[in-house]
Amino acid sequence: MRSARLLPLLTFAALLLGWEALVQIQNIPPYVLPAPTRILVTLREDCALLSAALLVTLKITVLALALATSIGVALAILFAQWSWLERTFFPIAVILQVTPIIAIAPLLLIYLDADTAVLACAFLVAFFPILSNTALGLSSTDHNLRDLFDLYGASPWQQMYLLRLPSALPYFLGGLRIAGGLALIGAIAAEIAAGASGQGAGLAYRIVEAGYRLNIPRMFAALVLISVAGISIWLVLELVTNQLLKRWHDSARDLSR
Amino acid sequence: MSLLSLKQISKTFANGTRALGQLDLSVARGEFISLLGPSGCGKSTALRLIAGLDQTDSGSLTWNEARPDIGFVFQDPTLMPWTNVFDNVYLPLRLKGVTRTEATPKIMDVLTRVGLRDFAQSFPRELSGGMKMRASIARALVLRPALLLMDEPFAALDEITRLKLNRDLLELQAELGMTVIFVTHSVYESAYLSSRICVFSHRPGRIIESIDVGPSGPRDDAFRLTSAYLETCQRASTALQNAMERA
Repeated sequence: MRSARLLPLLTFAALLLGWEALVQIQNIPPYVLPAPTRILVTLREDCALLSAALLVTLKITVLALALATSIGVALAILFAQWSWLERTFFPIAVILQVTPIIAIAPLLLIYLDADTAVLACAFLVAFFPILSNTALGLSSTDHNLRDLFDLYGASPWQQMYLLRLPSALPYFLGGLRIAGGLALIGAIAAEIAAGASGQGAGLAYRIVEAGYRLNIPRMFAALVLISVAGISIWLVLELVTNQLLKRWHDSARDLSR
Repeated sequence: MSLLSLKQISKTFANGTRALGQLDLSVARGEFISLLGPSGCGKSTALRLIAGLDQTDSGSLTWNEARPDIGFVFQDPTLMPWTNVFDNVYLPLRLKGVTRTEATPKIMDVLTRVGLRDFAQSFPRELSGGMKMRASIARALVLRPALLLMDEPFAALDEITRLKLNRDLLELQAELGMTVIFVTHSVYESAYLSSRICVFSHRPGRIIESIDVGPSGPRDDAFRLTSAYLETCQRASTALQNAMERA
């Protein structure tokens, strides 16, 4: 069990060590490939600049995720109550989903200011998995339980509140975990498009800017921060999922028991 | 006194399956009726029609007085996995607008009757199969229904648990004075539980033989050794055989 946790850590450390050794031995200049130690130094030196940019990107990501969650769940509930609504609007959601966000971003940047455009892009990619997963969950209730609610004369809203929403929870949380990663990707993609047009303040904009200045170590430092942000989002959502489902759903066995 | 009567009921599903043809059944208050038949003979359909979960195609289903509160127990415990036993049993009362405070004594009473008093806070997955079924029965009984419908409730349980639940079910029926319609494919179960056994034909289902077992009386383990019990088993068994052969 311990070795199962140790092994990935050791592999990661070995990779970093190999990278460091390669740069030192071959004497590769930092504007071609900076060593891990050099990236660490850059992270410290550019701390103020990069953490401000990280905060901008994170704020947009979290806001987009919150918007996608509330609008996605609300729409899924409406779709579940009135199927003509679903038939009317679901195709539009699919069109938005299958069109690559990187192609929509430049257009949005024309009509909206940079921050709003980035937010819109992050929202657009995060919205679909939440909508489609929640809609699937709402229509996957146990048919015997539905019969039971019918037998006791439950109203449609009682069915929704007491039966369909709780049984959709694991599906929704699955969608949320996908959406969390996608919101960050959407924000980064839009920021790169924004950076290309000379606006923006987020991490990806800093990457584009550092690229123009051939400040490769700073590009890597920003990349490290993006990865860390992505991993943190995933861990937080994983924790939330486990807390909400541990007592009853098979996907999240309570480990403390 | 009559509770409900079904006359010439037939039911065909949208896919063309004729589940019931010409079903006649009259149910008196306090009876324990078993619907016994081969699988897929329309027993469950009959139960669903009585519960009002499906509509009849033709024939009449008449309640002597107003339709009473009905309890329904499915083959699976059908508990809501996301909440504890207490809230699962609270459900029928909650849907009727009864507050939690008002409901609590009723819930605890019925949980005591089924032997789950100490498990009110447990989640369904923390319970054994037999305990889940007890919780399901508690939920069906919490409204004190005049009629309890059970659709092969013990089919998935082990023999020992099943015998114990059979005994407890008869006690509950005597205590609460309700009418029970019980779907099963087990001859022994029906002979032990019922005051009357209705043997179903193959699809489209109708009752081909009605066996009066007599008043439910005290039924304990000794009852299983009486000649009356064995005779009932024999008759039900023969009737079931006939039903299969006619198919």
